[in-house]
Amino acid sequence: MATVPVTLRATGAVARRQLASRVSRYVFLGASLLGVVVLAYLTYDTIDTAWTRLSWNIVTNYPSRFADQAGLRPAIFGTFWIMVATMTMAIPVAVGTAIWIEEFAPRNRLLTIVQINLANLAGVPSIIYGILGLTIFVRFYGMDRSILAAGFTLALMIIPMTVIASQEAIRQVPPSLREGALALGATKWQAVRHNVLPNAIPGIMTGTILATSRAIGETAALIVIGGFTFIRFDPGPAIPGDLANPVAFWDGLREGFTIIPIQIYGWIINSRLEYQHNAAAGIIVLMTGVMTLNLIATVIRERFRRD
Amino acid sequence: MSLSTRIEKESVATALQKRALSRPQETLILTSLTFCAAVSLITTVLIVGVLVRESLTFFEEVSITEFFDPTKDWQPLFNPVGYGVWELVAGTVNVTLWALLLAVPVGLATAVYLSEYAHPNTRKLLKPVLEALAGVPTVVYAYFGLVVVTQEILRPLFAEVGIEVPIFNALAASIMLAIMILPTIASVSEDAMSNVPRDLREAAYGLGSTRLEVAIRVVFPAALSGIIAAILLAIARVVGETVIVAIIAGSTPKLTLDPLESVQTMTGFMLQVALGDAQRGTVDYQSLFAVGMMLFLITLVFNVAAYFFVRRYREEYE
Repeated sequence: MATVPVTLRATGAVARRQLASRVSRYVFLGASLLGVVVLAYLTYDTIDTAWTRLSWNIVTNYPSRFADQAGLRPAIFGTFWIMVATMTMAIPVAVGTAIWIEEFAPRNRLLTIVQINLANLAGVPSIIYGILGLTIFVRFYGMDRSILAAGFTLALMIIPMTVIASQEAIRQVPPSLREGALALGATKWQAVRHNVLPNAIPGIMTGTILATSRAIGETAALIVIGGFTFIRFDPGPAIPGDLANPVAFWDGLREGFTIIPIQIYGWIINSRLEYQHNAAAGIIVLMTGVMTLNLIATVIRERFRRD
Repeated sequence: MSLSTRIEKESVATALQKRALSRPQETLILTSLTFCAAVSLITTVLIVGVLVRESLTFFEEVSITEFFDPTKDWQPLFNPVGYGVWELVAGTVNVTLWALLLAVPVGLATAVYLSEYAHPNTRKLLKPVLEALAGVPTVVYAYFGLVVVTQEILRPLFAEVGIEVPIFNALAASIMLAIMILPTIASVSEDAMSNVPRDLREAAYGLGSTRLEVAIRVVFPAALSGIIAAILLAIARVVGETVIVAIIAGSTPKLTLDPLESVQTMTGFMLQVALGDAQRGTVDYQSLFAVGMMLFLITLVFNVAAYFFVRRYREEYE
């Protein structure tokens, strides 16, 4: 009896379609790896350029006419105090907004307007926030080109982003927790305060930290506010001298500032080539800060992941 | 029995009493939460107010017809003075166009890979890297674009074929902008693709489709509104990005889409004015607000459109 050859291997058009599918996997993989490759090359090249300039004095020195003496010291103090000011103002407002939207807001047109408005504000170019800060805080409220004005400006800029992240976190809390509390006679706020918020805290923290790392790198808005200046003192309240003295503390916040990314910007656009090494070294300092924050955010998120 | 009932009654009574007592606090809290929510509405009102008010001062000096006259140059800082905004808009369109051409294919391919092909472990590894890219401050990309892309790659490369690329050029800026928006495009569209219900895929596999066909013909169209949202968001970010274009693309306003030219974008000009010593109240200075107004309106359109597309795909499948 003749046997019919049986094969499971596809032929003709089917084979071509399967081949295309198999090849496509590697094409798509290649595209996804592009980001990784770029990140790796960027890191390598920056470290390579920064190498000759990497020493502690990039952190401890004031800016200077001599590239090998110029450091980020005032910029680091500026960045630190501006972040403190920004977060102090942004976090309560952002979390409050998120709670209002998720728990208290009437489900009507007003809520839609608030949400569209937030979505748009999250995408408004930072330089526009800079113009707003310049006109309102620096000029109208007479804060001058100070840490305080910069903090207010950045706070307005990151509030939308933080609200959206906090909303996600609140939405992740199982409704049963809230409903259980309400059924036991808790008021709405008691349910939110004792049952919803504690469970949403990790998500809110992750969102807040990511927003902080976005704010640390912000350059354009703070150039508009007046951060592109040559500063040879430590901006902000003296540590620890002014911490216990409210008047001195306030005066410290009214001082002028510069920040790490603006100092890097200054070094990049400097026509003298040796400053390129400073720019690269500055980038390493900045990226160390940003990546540390991102890492903390990721760790918190993984730690409290709810599936 | 009777004891426990009494205790229960008592505690309910106390609870209700406490509840009544806490009512003023409840009102206070609701009021402060509402105030928090009002902050972002006030922000928008202030942005629009500042831009409109200061632009009006500008348009007292420069007519709107001159501002939108395509034959006029943008040359506010020296003679012959001209305020034709199209040159700045062209600079923005130039870098945006090239950045999208580079970023959209790569970003969508990344999204397809993560959503349709990748093993969960690979996904777990790749996503944080993409997020790390999203967190890189733009001044870092600016440095990289000027020092590495222009000087080490583009100039030697084009010199081979006899083209001299200027130090400041739109192409290097576009490349860095593309890298900047890559994570946005990839993660927003990946989110949309992952939201496509499993049944659609299973049905297509059941009919004999290959993985590629499922990805391209089923998942991609089903996730289209999310993908459009991703691209719209990316456009808004590119149009609004300042430091990258200010450092890499140059400061020569030009009506061209040639990527090898030195151009100036709207944001690039705004930063130039902010850095310069134009006096408050002069026309040069007020032009900052007029250009800012244009920028705000353009990003507003893209942001709001993106919002509705995102909402649409969420409604479709959730």
